[in-house]
Amino acid sequence: MKIKPKVGVVSCSGECCSLGTLSRVATRLVLEEYRPDVTVTICLPLFLAGELEEHGFAKEHPTIAVDGCGKLCARKAIARYSEEPADSVVVEDLLEEWGVEAPASRRELDGDGVEAARQLAQEISGRIDGIRGE
Amino acid sequence: MGEPVLVIPCSGIGKVFGSIGRDATFRVVDELRKGKADTLCLSLLVMGDEEARAKVAAAKCIAVDGCPLECAGKNIVRSGGVIAAHFWVMELLKENRGLKTGAVTFLDENGVKLSKLLAERIAMKVDELAGEDR
Repeated sequence: MKIKPKVGVVSCSGECCSLGTLSRVATRLVLEEYRPDVTVTICLPLFLAGELEEHGFAKEHPTIAVDGCGKLCARKAIARYSEEPADSVVVEDLLEEWGVEAPASRRELDGDGVEAARQLAQEISGRIDGIRGE
Repeated sequence: MGEPVLVIPCSGIGKVFGSIGRDATFRVVDELRKGKADTLCLSLLVMGDEEARAKVAAAKCIAVDGCPLECAGKNIVRSGGVIAAHFWVMELLKENRGLKTGAVTFLDENGVKLSKLLAERIAMKVDELAGEDR
């Protein structure tokens, strides 16, 4: 039986707006609740500023980039130090597609914000299953 | 009023330290010292974004790091900024051993207490740094 590598979920965690908070919370939900046994993560600033060991993360794991906005920091970072991620999610685009408003607060998600984060986590989980061929 | 003091958290995603630093930062820039303090996306800064680099080079910066890897502090310096003050969440936890916390995605009661404590300290430092301009 071939052991499949865990999927790396790399979130932007952008501090500029609530989209970064949504990315971060959705990523955490995937790691803790939705796909805990098949996922790993790394702090994006550490991945970016790190040395060979940190940059190797994206070589050891197929990765999915979770970006809050169109600046695509996570996706570009993975591509810079490894190769294009196996998949990527742009929260801003998905919310528009779903007709969901970005949360008002970047510090604490309200009920609607948590619901949006769960919807995002499910989307990311589906993509992870696709990467793993499940 | 002069340029806002920049408060830059690491937003580490793996442990509670990053969550507390991030939450405290937003308490300062969005509530306690709104207008007097601001933040920016650390990942965007590390990616070399010119606007972010210019902001950091021009402002007084407060680094808020979760763990000893100091992603916020190191990247401020690498991007041409000067650290006017540095806070470490791990130190705060050592000072407050009675406030056990571990919830990363959504801060628990003790996590919120620690965030408020840290935010008060950062806010006082913002006042001190802003006062130097008078």
